[in-house]
Amino acid sequence: MNNTEVQEKKSIPNFKIDLVNKRHQNGSLIPLLQTAQDSYGYIPEKIIYYISELVGIPAAEIYGVITFYSQFRLKPLGKNLIRICEGTACHVNGAKSILTALQDELGITVGETTDDGIFSLQSVACLGCCSLAPVVMINDATHGNLTMDKIKKILKKYKTEEKIRIAS
Amino acid sequence: MKKIKVGLGTCGISAGGELVFNKLKEEIKTKNLGIEVNETGCMGMCYEEALVEVVDDNDSFLYSNVTVDKVGRIVNEHLINNKPVIEWIIKSNEVSKEDDFLKNQKRIVLRNCGVIDPTSIDEYIEHNGYKALEKVLKNFSQQEVIDMIIKSGLRGRGGAGFTTGMKWKFANQEKSEKKYIVCNADEGDPGAFMDRSVLEGDPHSVLEGMMIAAYAIGSDEAYIYCRAEYPLAIKRLRTAIKQCESRGYLGKNILGSNFNFTIKIKEGAGAFVCGEETALMASVEGKRGVPRLRPPFPANKGLWGKPTNINNVETFANVPWIINNGWEKYSSLGTEKSKGTKVFALAGKIKRSGLAEVPMGMTINEIVFDLGGGIKNDKKFKAVQMGGPSGGCIPASMGDLKIDYDEIVRTGAIMGSGGLIVLDETTCMVDLARYFLNFTQNESCGKCTFCRVGTKRMLEILERITIGKGKENDVDILQDLASKITKNSLCGLGQSAPNPVLTTIKYFREEYEAHIRDKKCPAHNCSALIEYTIDEVNCKGCGLCIKACSSNAITGSKKAVHYINQELCIKCGRCFDVCNLDAVIKN
Repeated sequence: MNNTEVQEKKSIPNFKIDLVNKRHQNGSLIPLLQTAQDSYGYIPEKIIYYISELVGIPAAEIYGVITFYSQFRLKPLGKNLIRICEGTACHVNGAKSILTALQDELGITVGETTDDGIFSLQSVACLGCCSLAPVVMINDATHGNLTMDKIKKILKKYKTEEKIRIAS
Repeated sequence: MKKIKVGLGTCGISAGGELVFNKLKEEIKTKNLGIEVNETGCMGMCYEEALVEVVDDNDSFLYSNVTVDKVGRIVNEHLINNKPVIEWIIKSNEVSKEDDFLKNQKRIVLRNCGVIDPTSIDEYIEHNGYKALEKVLKNFSQQEVIDMIIKSGLRGRGGAGFTTGMKWKFANQEKSEKKYIVCNADEGDPGAFMDRSVLEGDPHSVLEGMMIAAYAIGSDEAYIYCRAEYPLAIKRLRTAIKQCESRGYLGKNILGSNFNFTIKIKEGAGAFVCGEETALMASVEGKRGVPRLRPPFPANKGLWGKPTNINNVETFANVPWIINNGWEKYSSLGTEKSKGTKVFALAGKIKRSGLAEVPMGMTINEIVFDLGGGIKNDKKFKAVQMGGPSGGCIPASMGDLKIDYDEIVRTGAIMGSGGLIVLDETTCMVDLARYFLNFTQNESCGKCTFCRVGTKRMLEILERITIGKGKENDVDILQDLASKITKNSLCGLGQSAPNPVLTTIKYFREEYEAHIRDKKCPAHNCSALIEYTIDEVNCKGCGLCIKACSSNAITGSKKAVHYINQELCIKCGRCFDVCNLDAVIKN
């Protein structure tokens, strides 16, 4: 059984209770999708049909909402989510070269996940910590005042940690 | 009795504030000092984070740039031996290193940010919290409240600057069983973070403002539409709402009156256009966030077809202050048509980046130089970008311009939500225009053809200009497209999307021409138009650039002049950054 399946089994009961509770609230579709994504890490196709039946909104319309908002994903993410800030302050302070370094090191572009499933790379409009520009957020940690060398070192740290984890 | 406050807004946390907070608590516990450590919101001095304030009976000492390693000394010397570590302190009775940043400010919206613990309703109440609500419920009719807000001159802080009291009046005049209040906390402009700081640092002031608005228009239900990218703000709001419910500030018969009110939070799902009020309402209703034609305005037909009043976070946070201190005091601040204060998020190439609240009418130069300390690395001040993707660039030559809604509009930019990005000589204005167009192009919802396709065409032209493939009449085509997009888009996003391009053409046309005709980027920023070479006289053959080059484009043996192979060079600029001898030249 792979990781996503384990996750699905674990969280389904909670998720369904939440869905049933929320379905009658006004404008419940987006909160339902957010709950689904919190439980699975993404929105699996079968959940679209499940929600569709529950709230009586056609699956096509739900799909339309999912693809409209940048928060929703139809595919699972890698283990570590790297979000590069593309805010104005970061842009004028050299975010582009940080992105180049990230893409070179990971071999993926924005919106992709590495083949080993360890890193996903996304861009965000602004993380709001402009005084630390340029900024990259890895999972919940913010890394600021970056240079190309600094971001490479940070990535190395995550890679080493991953190797240690696999070895043990 | 000492007390400690640690700035734990997003800026503080990202600068390591949480680690400092935990370390302080741990040290105080193991050493059994019994000193209280609390969190507080953003103090505005993001450039000095992490900030720790030690308060005792007579003085308060503000430590800046605190790291975990510094905690030990602060605990031992200051907390135990009562000897403050003077060299790390930026503000106390005796030290006033950052006075320039603070003394020019007038803090109304940010009155409690960095002062109180945002998770404590008691601290908010101690600082005049919910007094305004009490006053309104006991002493004033709906009409009187609306009159006060109209007379205060408060205008919407979300960007467009419509008179807040008038908005309330229209919603009040509608006859309906059900009316809604909506707080727009979908702060989407890149480079703007004032709403986030208020929500994180003083959530109760926003809730109190909403309650007063609800009373004035006759609403009993509200939504706060907050960006999902602001998890901490959402958490603090949830806590604050729960506290209000248990204290009777929310619910039925509030403070013994017949006023009933509930507030719910709706998390956004990542769409810039949802900052537009009609798109925001569609999103609250669970649909794609697509704007619609106005009229009908939300005050007539809003959320689920009911009269709705939408205001921005900063607008609501002003309201309790106006009620407590009187509209006369508020309207005595500012300029003739823009009253009160405005919070600006200073960022970019400025020395002190952070949040500053100043009276309307302060000049750009005063903000950039007196408050902000001038340009980083003492480079030349080139322009400020105001209003984010809907705004524009105002050149340094107009630095004496007084900032208020109408003056800013006259330049072609807009006040917007208050993001103020400072640009220096190394910023390419064409590239900046391309950057913003790329943003609006991505965020266009696609409903209006001119916004959907027109921004794409503009972006393509800007892209080709920045790589040296611009055509002679490109600037004319850009202006033509811009006027068509402005005229033929339904909502503010499309109508204002060309602003960054138009203002940069207006004030920096020669930069466009240099890119198009001479294939040169005067700011040395556009990588396709620059070339790195090595100066034979200055190069001592140290090898630093060879090591730094990721594409193996630099060759040369030790102590001999190095050489950059232009075909391999990816123009990342690392050789330029690492060279200590000014031997790498950017052309």
